[in-house]
Amino acid sequence: MQRNDNQSATQGDEPIPPMQQLLDNPFMLVFIGVLFPTVFYILWGIMEIISIPAVK
Amino acid sequence: MAMFRQCPDSGLFFHKSAESLMKAHAVLGVVYLLIGGVLGLLVALTRMPSLHVLNAEDFYLALSIHGTAILIFWIIFFEMAVLYFAASTLLRCRPATPGIGWIGFLLMVIGSTLVMVAFFRGNSSVMFTSYVPMPAEPIFYLGLILFAVGALIGCFIFLGTLVIAKKENTYDGSIPLVTFGALTATVIAIFTIASGAVILIPTLLWSLGFINHIDPLMYRTIWWALGHSSQQINVSAHVAIWYAIAAIIFGAKPMSEKVSRTAFLLYILFLQLASAHHILADPGVSSTWKVFNTSYAMYLAVLASMIHGLTVPGCIEIAQRKKGFNNGLFEWLQKAPWANPVFSGMFISLIIFGFIGGITGVVMGTEQINLIIHNTIFVPGHFHATVAVGTTLAFMAITYFLIPVLFRRQLIWPNACKWQPYIFGGGMLILSLLLLGAGTLGVPRRHWDINFSDAALQFQYAGTAITMMGIAGLGGLMAAVGGAMFCLIAVGSLVFGKRLDPGASLFSSFGFPMAASCYNIERPGKLELAPIEQTGDSGVQAKGTFVLALVFLASFVVYFFINAKYLSSIWPMG
Ligand code: HEM
Ligand SMILES: [Cu+2]
Repeated sequence: MQRNDNQSATQGDEPIPPMQQLLDNPFMLVFIGVLFPTVFYILWGIMEIISIPAVK
Repeated sequence: MAMFRQCPDSGLFFHKSAESLMKAHAVLGVVYLLIGGVLGLLVALTRMPSLHVLNAEDFYLALSIHGTAILIFWIIFFEMAVLYFAASTLLRCRPATPGIGWIGFLLMVIGSTLVMVAFFRGNSSVMFTSYVPMPAEPIFYLGLILFAVGALIGCFIFLGTLVIAKKENTYDGSIPLVTFGALTATVIAIFTIASGAVILIPTLLWSLGFINHIDPLMYRTIWWALGHSSQQINVSAHVAIWYAIAAIIFGAKPMSEKVSRTAFLLYILFLQLASAHHILADPGVSSTWKVFNTSYAMYLAVLASMIHGLTVPGCIEIAQRKKGFNNGLFEWLQKAPWANPVFSGMFISLIIFGFIGGITGVVMGTEQINLIIHNTIFVPGHFHATVAVGTTLAFMAITYFLIPVLFRRQLIWPNACKWQPYIFGGGMLILSLLLLGAGTLGVPRRHWDINFSDAALQFQYAGTAITMMGIAGLGGLMAAVGGAMFCLIAVGSLVFGKRLDPGASLFSSFGFPMAASCYNIERPGKLELAPIEQTGDSGVQAKGTFVLALVFLASFVVYFFINAKYLSSIWPMG
C-alpha cells in the first residue's frame, strides 16, 4: 500500500498547526477520548441515578 | 537478527513476531465466527414461526452464545490482528513487547473459553448483555474480564509500537490514515474496557456473594458504555479497512487527509456518548442527559460517518476516473472489480452500513421515535446491517487480501470467493430488512414464541409480521450459507491453498519448518511520504459519489418523516 500523506506536508521550517499536533499525539487522543465520555455520559449519568430519591 | 520479510506481491513488510500474533488472532477470530454463525442460524430458524426449531431453554442458550461469540469474540480477536497489522506492518516497525502480546492472546483465549464453558454448563444463558439481577456463573464474568484484559494489552502494545516507530524513525510525517483509524479504534477500546471493568468486576463479586445488590439502572448505564462503545471500535476499524482496501485495489488516495482525520477525531470525541441511546426508554435518567448524549453529541459522530461514507467512494471514483473510466456518472463504479471479493465485500459493507445501518440507527436513536421500536426485533435488524454487514463483511473482505499476503497461500475455489460476499451480504440484507419491518409492527426481540402458544393471555400479531419473520429466517439461512463459505474458504486456503512461497506454511513465522528463512530483512526502508499532487477540486471530480450522497440524504429524510408520522398515529396527542 502506498503512503499518501499530504497532511504532513508541513515539514521543515513551517510551524506545525495545533490541530495537527493534536492528531499526531496518540496519548493526548487517548486522554480526550476517555475524558469526554467519562464526564458527559458516565459521571453525569451516575449523578442523575444517585440523586433519585429513595422510597420512603 | 533479520526479522522482517517483504511480501513480493504487495510490498508490505511483516515482522516475524507481529506476523505470528496477527495469524493467531485472526484464526481464533474465525473459529468464533463459525461457532457464532452456526448458533445464529439456529436462532433465526427458531424465530421463523413455521419452523421454531429450538425449545425455549435452548433458544436462550443459543442466543447468548450467538451474541457473545460473534459480536465480542470474533470481532475483537480479528481487531487485535488489525491493530498489529496497522502498527507493525504499515509503519514497518517491530512490535512492542511481542512476548507480552502472547500473554494478552492467552488471556483472551482463556477468557473466551471460560465464557463458552459457562454457557455450555447451561446456567449462564443471560445473553451478551448479562443484565443484573439475572445471574450467570462466576466464571462467565471472570472469563469476560480476562478476555478484556487481554484485549487491553493488545491496545497498549499498539500504542507502544507507535512510540517505537516514532523513536526509530520508521516513517516520515504523520502516521498513515489507516493506522490513524486503528488508533481511533484503540482509543475507544481503552474507554470501552475501562467501563467494562468498572461494572463487571462488581458483578463478578456479586455473583460470588461478596456484594449483595447491584442496581439494575446503574448496571445498564455503565454496561452500555461498554456495549455501545465496543461497537464503535468496530466502526473505526472497518472504516480504516475501507480506506485500506480503496488504497490496495485502486491505489486511491484519500480526498483530503485532513478531513478524514478530523472525522476520526469526531469519533474519538463523540461516538461513545451515544451509549445513551440504549437507555432511552429507561426511567431515572433525565431527558437532558439522553438528548445531549444521543442528539447533539451523536450527530457530530454521525457527520463523521457520513464524511467517511462520502470520501471512501469519492476517492475510488477519482482514482477510477484517472484511469479513464470517465463516462457519465457511474462508469467508474460499473467498471470496478466486482468479481474481486476484496472490493465487492468492502463496497457492500459500505453501502449497507450507510443506507440501512446508518439511517435506521439515527432514526431510532431519536428519543421519541425510539418508543416505537424499543426492544423490538427492529433493533437486531439495525445492527445486523451495521455489525454483521458493515464490520463482519469488511473483515471478510480484508481476509481475502491477507490470505495471500500474510499467510502466503493462494485462495482456493475462486468461484466461491467471487460469490461469497453477495450471498452473505444479500442474505443479511434480507434478514435485516425483514427484521426491521417486523419490528416496526411490534414483534419483540429475544422472544422465543411470538405465537404465545402456551401463554395464559393470548395475543395475535399481524399476519404480515409473522410472514416477515418467516422470510427473515430464509435470509438468515442464505447469510449462514455465505458465512459457511467464508469459513471454508479461509480454513481451506490455509491448509490446501497453493503455496505462494516454497516454504510458506501457517507456522513459518513461528519457526516451523526450520528451512531457509524468508525473514531476511534487518530493517525495512523508511516509509516515505508520497509526493503531493495537485488534484484540483476533488469534490467536483467525484460527481457520481455526490449523487449517491444526495440519494442517501433523501432516503434519510423520507425515512425519518415516515417514522415521525407513524409515531403521531400510534401515540395520538391532544
Ligand atoms: C449466520 C448469520 C446470522 C444469522 C442468521 C443471525 C440471526 C440473528 C437473529 C434472528 C437474531 C435475533 C434474535 C432475537 O432477538 O430473538 C440475532 C441476534 C444477534 N445477532 Fe445475529 N445473525 C447472524 C450473524 C451475526 C453476526 C455476523 C453478528 C455480529 C458480528 C451478529 C450479532 C448478533 C447479536 C449481537 C445479536 C443479539 C443477541 C441478543 O439479543 O442477545 N449476528 N441474530
Ligand atoms: Cu449503541
